[in-house]
Amino acid sequence: MGKDADKKTILAVITTDKDKVTGAVPIFIAADEAEKEKTARFLARCLDAMVHDLENGCYFIVSQ
Amino acid sequence: MDIILAGSIAGILARVLLIRIDYRQYPGYPHGYISHLSLGAIASGLGAVAVPALMEKDFTAFTFLALAAQQFRDIRNIERETLENLERTRLEKRGQDYIEGIARTFEARNYLAMATAFTTSIAAVLGGIPAAAIIAAILIFLSVTLMTGKTIGDICEVVPAEITFKGSLVEIEGIDIMSVGLPVMREKIKTYALAVMIKPKDDNARATLHDLGQRMAIAHTAAVVLGSRKDVDIPEYTPLVRKNPETGAAALYIVPMEKDMESLLLAVKRTPVLESARIKPLRTQAGRIASD
Repeated sequence: MGKDADKKTILAVITTDKDKVTGAVPIFIAADEAEKEKTARFLARCLDAMVHDLENGCYFIVSQ
Repeated sequence: MDIILAGSIAGILARVLLIRIDYRQYPGYPHGYISHLSLGAIASGLGAVAVPALMEKDFTAFTFLALAAQQFRDIRNIERETLENLERTRLEKRGQDYIEGIARTFEARNYLAMATAFTTSIAAVLGGIPAAAIIAAILIFLSVTLMTGKTIGDICEVVPAEITFKGSLVEIEGIDIMSVGLPVMREKIKTYALAVMIKPKDDNARATLHDLGQRMAIAHTAAVVLGSRKDVDIPEYTPLVRKNPETGAAALYIVPMEKDMESLLLAVKRTPVLESARIKPLRTQAGRIASD
């Protein structure tokens, strides 16, 4: 909560549907839901960041 | 000599009693105790000495009080700096407002000790030791009762609440708290998390809850009392207080080590209302018109 005022940035996007996302962020394409979840989890723990779900097949990782 | 002694003792006593209240706000480590007690003693001494000095028509002695005031302002800066430095490695931040409040309290309590000593000395001059004792008792009672401040429990109703999920969104009674992407984390939150609703009793309380610093103080207190499962790499467990924009009520979300609702309710209720968050719109005419 302490960094609420700080600007949050999207660090990466993990998706099973590569048509859903484009742009200047690292995009990880996963074969299935299980892989998507695992990749997201690893990335989040390495980056000390949080995984959010766009509920359209994309996870994105946001810096805290 | 009796006069100075009576004043000093009263001042020191006031400081000692107030340090017990300090403990709730800020851990009084042994060294912290010593530095604050010593400064309280110096403040009391200065306050007590001022009266006999004035009686001797030694008016320059009075300027020493100004010198003391300068010292106390330094205490405020020192406390603030210490707490700000500690804040960097804290997972649940106290927040600037809370730190400022603690620092200001430490400064003010030295003035209180000095004022108690000064007034008691005057009483000793005018009415002897018995009068000094009575005045000291009254002053100490007043400092302890009046300077304690309100708590969240005084101005808000704190009730247990249910955590629900709307897709990946964590919700507490309609308030969106955060989006948790990983299903495994959602499961853990379902198992471990607790939530309470903090409902303001009037418009003043609503304005206080609107203050972000106050909300941080609530989250911080709850996390300190119940422990938190949060770590640097698990931001999902960050305790949060979010407001319902429709009603002004706030929801606290926490993933505590001890899942004990009763303890959480008490921790939230006992959180001090920060001075900087004590906003009183009902004191203004415009605020009263809006309140109905």
